[in-house]
Amino acid sequence: MIEIINLCKSFNGNTVLNNLNVTIETGETMVIIGRSGCGKSVLLKHIVGLLQPDGGQVVIDGQDITKLDRRAVQVLRMRFGMVFQGAALFDSLTVGENVGFALREHRVASEAEIVQRVAECLALVGLRGIEHLKPAELSGGMRKRVGIARALGTRPDILLFDEPTTGVDPVMADIINSLIKALHEQLRVTVILVTHDMVSAYKVATRIAMLYEGRIITVGSPAEIQQTTDPIVHQFIRGEAEGPITVDQPLVKPTFVGQG
Amino acid sequence: MSRVQQAVEYAGERLLAFFAYLGGASVLFAHTVGSVFARPFRRRLVAEQMDKVGVASCPIVFLTALFTGIVLGLQTAYQLQRIGAETYIAGLVALSMVRELGPVLTALVVTGRVGAAITAELGTMKVTEQIDALESLATSPVQYLVVPRFLALLVMLPLLTVCADMIGIVGGYLIGVYKLGVTPTLYWKMTWDVLQLKDLVTGLLKAGTFAAIIATISCFEGFATTGGAEGVGRSTTLAVVISFILIVAADCLVTAISYFVFP
Repeated sequence: MIEIINLCKSFNGNTVLNNLNVTIETGETMVIIGRSGCGKSVLLKHIVGLLQPDGGQVVIDGQDITKLDRRAVQVLRMRFGMVFQGAALFDSLTVGENVGFALREHRVASEAEIVQRVAECLALVGLRGIEHLKPAELSGGMRKRVGIARALGTRPDILLFDEPTTGVDPVMADIINSLIKALHEQLRVTVILVTHDMVSAYKVATRIAMLYEGRIITVGSPAEIQQTTDPIVHQFIRGEAEGPITVDQPLVKPTFVGQG
Repeated sequence: MSRVQQAVEYAGERLLAFFAYLGGASVLFAHTVGSVFARPFRRRLVAEQMDKVGVASCPIVFLTALFTGIVLGLQTAYQLQRIGAETYIAGLVALSMVRELGPVLTALVVTGRVGAAITAELGTMKVTEQIDALESLATSPVQYLVVPRFLALLVMLPLLTVCADMIGIVGGYLIGVYKLGVTPTLYWKMTWDVLQLKDLVTGLLKAGTFAAIIATISCFEGFATTGGAEGVGRSTTLAVVISFILIVAADCLVTAISYFVFP
């Protein structure tokens, strides 16, 4: 279980997370939705200890990651697999070296076992036999899937996804969503996914939480979220311009020269 | 009064920012030194960086050193011919190269060629979240990225400097022997007579210090990069400028220290 308690974070005086509280149960797929730039990725980075909070706790099975020393954090991180928005593959390494990176770094298996595990992970994401390619030779969708394969390398029990369907075509987005759902069912891992893609959220989520102005304002099953009466959540999930969510600066209506 | 106050405030802020910067870079330096002996030792990465930093820098460093030796020879020949002291060109070129120009010019060339590349590479890794990815895979970016570059520079910069010293001396030799008519034997004898171990030690001490500066500042700027392609460009420029300033300042300091330590 992952408990996030009163998490606060600001950057240059700009508050991003403001006393955020949420609990993620073991084995569920928690989808965190919210507008672009509302702090979803920041929240995800706090869970793996990539960012230090200004206040609050991130408790993973009883261990507060914000209080652990560097070595203990590294041990804990072996339980996580994180998939970044732009895949964040290492350009200088081949696909095979990317996927087997953590295994080789931490020498948890022999070279033959690593090669086999890399092939297994690539097969899980439907990309067999591309170990020798460089990330620059892959399409956007393939890069995302290699990113997922890399996250699976250490056989983590918690998978984190940062906007996995952003920047790919709708067909590839659905392939990725199905893949996430299948991985969750096959590997019985806890999944935390942040997105603003509602199609993706409904498809993969056990529960959905909405992040708004630095806090979680609602948590519920996809059905509960769809039937919400909360005007903010209602506006967001339907993607409407009019409503309580306002953009930072008022939009200027276009006017054309010569218009009366 | 308020204008003076503003000026003082501005100067104070800049000074504080400068010390904060040096503090940050020092923390990275300490962390790097502390991580040098951490396991696993990445032999392949260190060798790769040594090739990039050292072997690939040879042509430009050697060319710079040769021309510097030639120019040094020509400039001093012009003066020494007047007083008929042409044979002193050997010692002058040798001492200038080994104590000062060899280490400083090599470091400046390597900053432009290697330091900028390190910052651009790490900066791009930072803005594309590859550094975060490295950490999420339970690997320390300092151990994986900084230590190999630091060690490669620490080994290769002094080696490049020694080569540059020798090539610079050859440049001076070309002028001394072929323009001024000093006999080759006399030229080498004058060179060896003047050079002492302390000169080489001072030069190498400088090269080691400059290597630490280039590695630390380039990596620090790379890690501090924000804001996409423009940010990478800004960090790269800053890394080169700050390394230049610190190299020149450290040169002055090491020269002063060795002047008092080896009088």
